[in-house]
Amino acid sequence: MKDMLIEERTAMEDVKISAKDVNVWYGDTHAIKDVSVEIKDKTVTAFIGPSGCGKSTFLRCINRMNDTIDICRVEGLITLDGQDIYDPKVDPVQLRAKVGMVFQKPNPFPKSIYDNVAYGPRIHGLARNKAELDEIVENSLRRAALWNEAKDRLQSPGTGLSGGQQQRLCIARAIATEPEVLLMDEPCSALDPIATAQVEELIDELRTSYSVIIVTHSMQQAARVSQRTAFFHLGSLVEYGETDRIFTNPVDPRTEAYITGRIG
Amino acid sequence: MTDATSGSGGASSLFTVDALTRKRNAAETRFRAYGIIAITVSLLFLVILLGTIIRNGMPAFQQSFITLPVHLDAAKLDKNGNRNPDDLKKVTTFGYGPLIDRALEVHVAELGIETPFTKAKELNPLLSASAAAIVRDQVLASPDLIGKTVEFRILASSRVDGYLKGRVTRDSVARDKSINAEHLDLADALRKEGVLTKGFNWDFITGADASESRPEQAGIGVSMLGSFFMMLVVLIFSLPIGVAASIYLEEFAAKNRFNDLIEVNISNLAAVPSIVFGILGLAVFIQFAHLPQSAPLVGGLVLTLMTLPTIIISTRASLKSVPPSIRDAALGVGASKMQSVFHHVLPLAMPGILTGTIIGLAQALGETAPLLLIGMVGYIASNYPNGIAEGFLNPNSAMPAQIYEWAKRADPAYYERAWGGIIILLLFLMTMNIIAIILRRKFERRW
Repeated sequence: MKDMLIEERTAMEDVKISAKDVNVWYGDTHAIKDVSVEIKDKTVTAFIGPSGCGKSTFLRCINRMNDTIDICRVEGLITLDGQDIYDPKVDPVQLRAKVGMVFQKPNPFPKSIYDNVAYGPRIHGLARNKAELDEIVENSLRRAALWNEAKDRLQSPGTGLSGGQQQRLCIARAIATEPEVLLMDEPCSALDPIATAQVEELIDELRTSYSVIIVTHSMQQAARVSQRTAFFHLGSLVEYGETDRIFTNPVDPRTEAYITGRIG
Repeated sequence: MTDATSGSGGASSLFTVDALTRKRNAAETRFRAYGIIAITVSLLFLVILLGTIIRNGMPAFQQSFITLPVHLDAAKLDKNGNRNPDDLKKVTTFGYGPLIDRALEVHVAELGIETPFTKAKELNPLLSASAAAIVRDQVLASPDLIGKTVEFRILASSRVDGYLKGRVTRDSVARDKSINAEHLDLADALRKEGVLTKGFNWDFITGADASESRPEQAGIGVSMLGSFFMMLVVLIFSLPIGVAASIYLEEFAAKNRFNDLIEVNISNLAAVPSIVFGILGLAVFIQFAHLPQSAPLVGGLVLTLMTLPTIIISTRASLKSVPPSIRDAALGVGASKMQSVFHHVLPLAMPGILTGTIIGLAQALGETAPLLLIGMVGYIASNYPNGIAEGFLNPNSAMPAQIYEWAKRADPAYYERAWGGIIILLLFLMTMNIIAIILRRKFERRW
């Protein structure tokens, strides 16, 4: 899934998201410690690390989903295209339309497949009429590789799909709002290997248009889908670099211990 | 009590049950038995309750009538002979009473029934005191009837009615000043002739309360309207206020000491005796806001206060039970907090909210104590409210208050009506619940 050509290209692309000295507290717990990272556009970046290391927390900082948790406090600078996303003038709702998110457990709305995908475009006013909305829904479902399975049952409930289909529906829902960044929080952890393969293939395709960040517990998955990998341990970013290098030639002994299965 | 069954040694067989397992199984069997006993006892009491209600209440749905041709004497009812409605109204029920007594005497003579009574007036205890009013109302409605002999279906008096239903016996009549055994003989004879009949008592369901001396005329219809208007007020106020308060507290309010205090107090309010809400309503709605006394509007407002905690508690519970992943999903595609609540969380919580609302309404429907304090208990309304505004503002009672009122009246005929009223109250409640179940089905969604 990776080849040198793409890697060279991505290396030249601009930085999409930049984090500087980010600290996150849950109440008194220091969950993220001084994380600085630059995430490139049109690249799949994987966050790996043992459970509780803060990778999901950091992911949720990027679209300010942590705002919904009362006791959560974020410090430091995170920019999207050079703009501070924690600036008081930024409306998190507008930010989330630009930074889509796919969650660990497939969570389609208990509505029809069509309404699931159409919900985002509807509330953001992306379609002027029904025909445009239909087009957005079809495109999103096609890009999420769900169109062929779902086109005849658009009005049936999204919750009636299989787990893998549901997750692809959630991806379709996320890309329907035309985001610039797609955050995926362990999107395959509830899926079987076949569904996982489908979603991974999809992630690889999405890379052509988006900056994708994927949190995963599976190092094989990180190796398969990502171009760059960040290893988190106990709230700190231990090592960040090209996936190939991280997995073949880690600099930090903790990274090596994790990828060889000695910690985690 | 951990799973230490295999701890006794290596030689244990699967086919012999060891002591600990036996003990555990015995405990389980005992517990099941307790459960079955508990359910049996409660079922038994339910059967006794329903059986008693139906046995005591059903007679209220039957009423005795005397079918009687009454000659409407023009000389007495319309002295001027011009059928002018204003003149006709001047003749009160006292003008009609003797006519009806006389008609009964004539009819008894025509049928050849022998009685010891010599005066028409002595036959009066057979007839309801409402008879004159019934005839007068019909005459006023159609003055053409004057001068003709018209057949009326007149209520029999409550004693005669009770005699037909077995409530009044010849023994009890011996101690009764208003009626004597000769009247009962005559009632037997009239029944044989088909003049005195028992029929279904629509007036009990649709009618208004009557004075103490006319239990045969009393109906629950008007107080049912009172209850209906009160329930409308409760629904209109408590559902939006309760749901809005719950959504705010559950989804928007910050978690701090002040909001915790509010939460605790709402739970406490649900346990406050209802009569306290009654006195609050008296102080606030009647003495301070000067809303009319005894009005279903005020009753509804008081019951709204009482119902709100129930609705808020159940709404918050059902909002809480909506999986957080749905909120995340909505926020994740860029919905605002309010959009995520109103588009996704609320529809999913709707069945639970409806259930809570219906429980609250049912509680409010059966409440009597707070109504005592705002003047809705007693002999209040003898007429239908005229229009919707009057329905809310005219003095009225409510079904449970009406039942309470009947139960405390002296005449045993009212006792029977109290039981009958309970049947209607339960039917009213069941209708409400069925509507709620249908609505619930409509809103229910799987996820």
